[in-house]
Amino acid sequence: MGFRELMSDAAEKQTPVLQTSKLTKWFGPVRALYDVDFNLYAGEVHAVLGENGAGKSTLVKLITGVYRKDSGAILLEGQAIEPHSPHEAQAYGISTVYQEINLIPTLSVAENLFLGRQPMRMGFIKTGEINSRAKALLKTYNLDIDASHTLSAFSVAVQQIVAIARGVDMSAKVLILDEPTSSLDAHEVQLLFEIMRSLKARGISILLITHFLNQVYEISDRITVLRNGEKIGEYLAASLPKRELVSLMLGRELVSVTDEGNTNGKAAHQNERSFLQVEGIARRGMLEPLDLSVAKGEIVGLAGLLGSGRTETAKLIFGVEQKDIGTIYVKGQKTTIRSPRQAIGQGFGMCPEDRKIDGIIPELSVRENIILALQAKRGWFKTLSRKRQEEIAVEMIEAMRIVTPDSTKPVGQLSGGNQQKVILARWLASQPELLILDEPTRGIDVGAHAEIIQLIKRLCADGLALLVISSELAEIVEYSHRVVVLRDRKKLTELTGDDISEQMIMHTIAES
Amino acid sequence: MRSRILPLIATLAVFVILYLIGWQRFPAFGTTRVVGNFLTDKSFLGIAAVGMTFVIIAGGIDLSVGSVIAFTGVFCALAIGQWGMHPLVASGLILLIGAAFGAAMGAVIYYFKIPAFIATLAGMFLARGGSFVLSQDSIPIDHPFVNDISQIFYVFPDRGRFSFVAFIFVVVLVVGIIIAHYTRFGRNIYAMGGNNTAALLLGVPVGRTTIGVYTLSSFLAALAGIVYALYTKSGYPRAAIGVELDAIAAVVIGGTLLTGGVGFVAGTFLGVMIQGIIQTYVNFDGTLNSWWTKIVIGLLLFLFIIIQKVLTSYRGTLTFRLIPGLSRPAAASGTSASPP
Repeated sequence: MGFRELMSDAAEKQTPVLQTSKLTKWFGPVRALYDVDFNLYAGEVHAVLGENGAGKSTLVKLITGVYRKDSGAILLEGQAIEPHSPHEAQAYGISTVYQEINLIPTLSVAENLFLGRQPMRMGFIKTGEINSRAKALLKTYNLDIDASHTLSAFSVAVQQIVAIARGVDMSAKVLILDEPTSSLDAHEVQLLFEIMRSLKARGISILLITHFLNQVYEISDRITVLRNGEKIGEYLAASLPKRELVSLMLGRELVSVTDEGNTNGKAAHQNERSFLQVEGIARRGMLEPLDLSVAKGEIVGLAGLLGSGRTETAKLIFGVEQKDIGTIYVKGQKTTIRSPRQAIGQGFGMCPEDRKIDGIIPELSVRENIILALQAKRGWFKTLSRKRQEEIAVEMIEAMRIVTPDSTKPVGQLSGGNQQKVILARWLASQPELLILDEPTRGIDVGAHAEIIQLIKRLCADGLALLVISSELAEIVEYSHRVVVLRDRKKLTELTGDDISEQMIMHTIAES
Repeated sequence: MRSRILPLIATLAVFVILYLIGWQRFPAFGTTRVVGNFLTDKSFLGIAAVGMTFVIIAGGIDLSVGSVIAFTGVFCALAIGQWGMHPLVASGLILLIGAAFGAAMGAVIYYFKIPAFIATLAGMFLARGGSFVLSQDSIPIDHPFVNDISQIFYVFPDRGRFSFVAFIFVVVLVVGIIIAHYTRFGRNIYAMGGNNTAALLLGVPVGRTTIGVYTLSSFLAALAGIVYALYTKSGYPRAAIGVELDAIAAVVIGGTLLTGGVGFVAGTFLGVMIQGIIQTYVNFDGTLNSWWTKIVIGLLLFLFIIIQKVLTSYRGTLTFRLIPGLSRPAAASGTSASPP
């Protein structure tokens, strides 16, 4: 019970499959991991949790040989190992499946499974056998596909299963899953969990890194919490309440985000004239005709499952994709938006879903990233003076509490939450009237999560019109004044006032 | 699998159509004499293009090919004519030099993380400069062995000739196809071109494979140089200027993606033959300026690059089927006793 380190009796009796002892890693003056003792037992799912920068990925990278440890030891079944590369770690029996799937998209599924270990006859590859063996292997994962097809033709979930199948088939005592569910929809997550359970039953130990706390409780047996590179403790999942877990991760009592009511004038904006009004926009294969309006000082949430048309709606409004039909009115004026540039000209801003690909420019500094949208809006010939740029950057870094030594640090080196804040800062610097946020809290840690939500509310209070997409219903319910629910690329309904609740949204998606 | 073959099918279609157009206009297209000449005339380009195919599939480029061909020709001519070497010894030596040259470029690309474009551009200047240092002028090759070799050919019933150099081309082609699809080295090349980082994490020996690819390309370029020298019976430092670009064109028309990871050696053969058909057509016509060959190849390149773009941007998600309950090792934790 409680905060104390809990070790189950059963676990204490056996030696861990994988163990680290006083594992330490420095990056220059920065202590990335300090004296961490981590124990992974046979046939368990062990979640490693912590905020960004807690040391989770450093721990994994040390175990898999991406980084070299400074001191301490890594023990596999009691033997000290020192892998120099992921490949070497694999040879020891430690397989890793990364969030960005590290397979070859252009090769067939079968070839991905057997790359580097193809069945050979007299120095030549037996192509037919690769395909049949791949099919048989995937069947044990309840997956019936034609393995001779190119990998990229399959969904992310299938690709992830292929990556797991390869790792486990090669040699697996330990399987490391790094954020495996972040691009899966609910159904696919269950599919993955099913596979994890069956692997567990085969005695494979799974180290899981994830940001989704609910999933942690659904699948893991044990939890290790890291903070600032140090181990805070090791707990049985069953005896660690979620609230306590969050406080452990943050190192402070959590001001509950969900308890804060969504009562501040839910319906108050109904009568105000909308800043943005969208009538019947649609594009074949992307979105069925949809109506939508957002007023200033109002947050409209877009809810729905992955692939329900949320992101597509945002892209059509922002001019990333061209609509086939429909009209967009800005402040009551009929407006043509054919490119993001025109959207920006109308006072729109958009933070895209995948900040790594669509949002930040990792090599550029914090200042340069922040200044980008403002500069684009002014036109490239009216350059901002360096001094003015610095001022804006410093102002934003303070206002948004971006954790960075200074404004010259490349954005790519910041943590996920801080990168997200930089993107927000970029749009805020351009003083937009409408901000579209696509999954603003995805892949960022709990602390930053709460801060971003506070920020969204503050922006709304400042009179901005906000259109927010999120997979986390609790989040949508908390800040939205109205919620548009989508399913299968179609708007189902619009919830207002007291109707806005997680149950109601789920009910709408499931029933109507 | 199927979507990967589409560009190859497009190439085959273009090849057949062009051939039929040629045949319809000039019945001689149907004779083995013309077909034999295609193979002979294009053999050096074809051999170099096979090497280029591997380089491009690996995600790289090799601009040094034409220069290496010229260097090889001049080197062979000097070695045979002035240094008194036997042609076989000279050939063996230049193949080694070519391979070493390619290995050096590959090593520079891999160890110093230099873009292949730059490293092989340097190689191009080096080899071209080197051939001018060896000789400013064209040197004839006159050796009984060489003369004998060029007399070796198979005669088709209608008196078309399948020459020795065409034979080398076909051998290179077949070996190339086998390397590409039936060896680990070949599959590693595809993997590297598909995603270099992932290939590294999957245990592909990226360094060895990178160096190997450029070694193979320069080795084949040197072989192409020998074939070219046999074909022209001379070594000339200004020879084969821009052949690397013709080779790249053949590879792309042959359905290999410039982004790497996807491609076929057989497609490159078709790409080379398409260039041969166009050139022969222009020659036969007599009224057309020979530069029309380049214009048609340019148009085809555009066409195929657009086809590539369309094919790669198409992301059809194949449906997959879950087998309920079948061969599940264990349904859930705790119930591991369930029989299959």
